[in-house]
Amino acid sequence: MERDDIIEYSLDTHHSEEAGKQIRKKIWVVTAILTLVTAIEVAIGAMVHQDNPNWWIVKLLFIGLTLFKAGYIVLTFMHLGDEKKVLKYVILVPYFIFIIYLIFIALTESNAVHNTLGTYGG
Amino acid sequence: MAGHATTHVDTATAWGGKVSPFNASYGKLMMWFFLVSDALTFGGLLIAYGYTRHTTTEAWPIGEETFNALPFLGHGYPLAYVALMTFILIVSSVTMVLAVEAGHRMDKKGVFKWMIATIIGGMIFLGSQAWEWSHFIHGTHFGSVELVEGQYKGSRAIVAGEFGEFKSFTVVEAGKHHKKGEVIKESADELFHHFRTAVIAGNVKDGKIKLHDGSIATWERAADEDMKLILKTDGSGNAYKKVIRLTGKDAEKAYWTALNAGKKGTIVYGADLTSNEYGPQQYGQFFFFITGFHGFHVFSGVIINILIFLGVARGTYHKRGHYEMVEKTGLYWHFVDLVWVFVFTFFYLV
Repeated sequence: MERDDIIEYSLDTHHSEEAGKQIRKKIWVVTAILTLVTAIEVAIGAMVHQDNPNWWIVKLLFIGLTLFKAGYIVLTFMHLGDEKKVLKYVILVPYFIFIIYLIFIALTESNAVHNTLGTYGG
Repeated sequence: MAGHATTHVDTATAWGGKVSPFNASYGKLMMWFFLVSDALTFGGLLIAYGYTRHTTTEAWPIGEETFNALPFLGHGYPLAYVALMTFILIVSSVTMVLAVEAGHRMDKKGVFKWMIATIIGGMIFLGSQAWEWSHFIHGTHFGSVELVEGQYKGSRAIVAGEFGEFKSFTVVEAGKHHKKGEVIKESADELFHHFRTAVIAGNVKDGKIKLHDGSIATWERAADEDMKLILKTDGSGNAYKKVIRLTGKDAEKAYWTALNAGKKGTIVYGADLTSNEYGPQQYGQFFFFITGFHGFHVFSGVIINILIFLGVARGTYHKRGHYEMVEKTGLYWHFVDLVWVFVFTFFYLV
């Protein structure tokens, strides 16, 4: 049997010079976005301290910006945005279900442990 | 680009099940599934870190206070170095995607060039991480201090500021090698090394240092500058509630009084697996494990990239008619970058 990765699907991804120009342009735009977001994060991190009463907003902002960056990396750099829909969801949906569940469990439990230690001593 | 569901796949080329639901090759699909499982591993580690951080009743270290040094320039640059590392890794991810793009045009020279750039970027990142670890392990000249008197007795504080350099030791009591009255002049770093060793062993007391040969000496050093104590645990044993900072003369007095008490463990320098100067024990352990595990991924990524690069250089993929191997290693390399984005946020920013 012939190797499937040699014959069919891999050739689908080939593109022409003109298409390449477009793609490279997109890559540089994404690079600029990722760099800018990182710079903003570091600037905020250095300026706003954790004893600031509004720290929780900054924290949520950091997590939001991180997911924003992650989205660009996965969808553009890893080309997941260009794959078939079914492949996209087979990868993303199980991951998010497990991780959101685990975050929920771990944070609920850890806060309960924290309160117990705070009440009865560690 | 990929994803055109229009391609007809004949049964000879479709894998086992005779249909190709994903329109992707077996190898690429398996790389994706591997990455999902690896992402769950990293997700689990970061969530374990969050769990520990939420349970602890001590103050957790703050990124901009812990990581504020640059090579050759010293302290006072919060997060600058780690931002640089992040940037390096993002750039190497970009060069990788450019290599993949060149491969899609069957541009061998382009793939060759961008693969080299990616490998160099990965090596620079690994080198940066080695520096970061070394700095984390050695710690600052002050270390962290457990206060021995006053209102904050029993509290542990981290110390910011410029440590006054050592100039010389003057022997006041002879030992095996040094005579009384001898002035020991070495470089500031060497003198500090003797000092640090003696402090860890509990051999510094009341302004006198007991050297390794048993002689006792006093020291001469420049004044400390901009010293600041940031209290991390409350001596009363309760949960840490608010940031308390001692500055100027108060800070200097509190620090040197504690140091001169000569008790082992009062000053903690740097980090190992049992203690660290930055905060709770688990902080150091998670730092080593998570950044280490990520660093190991970067290391294996560089090795894989080199192997693929050799394939590119020999023309293996060009003969094959496509550069899918570059695309697959590219997936792994981008994943390493992706993980770093999360490590950066949860370890350094929040």
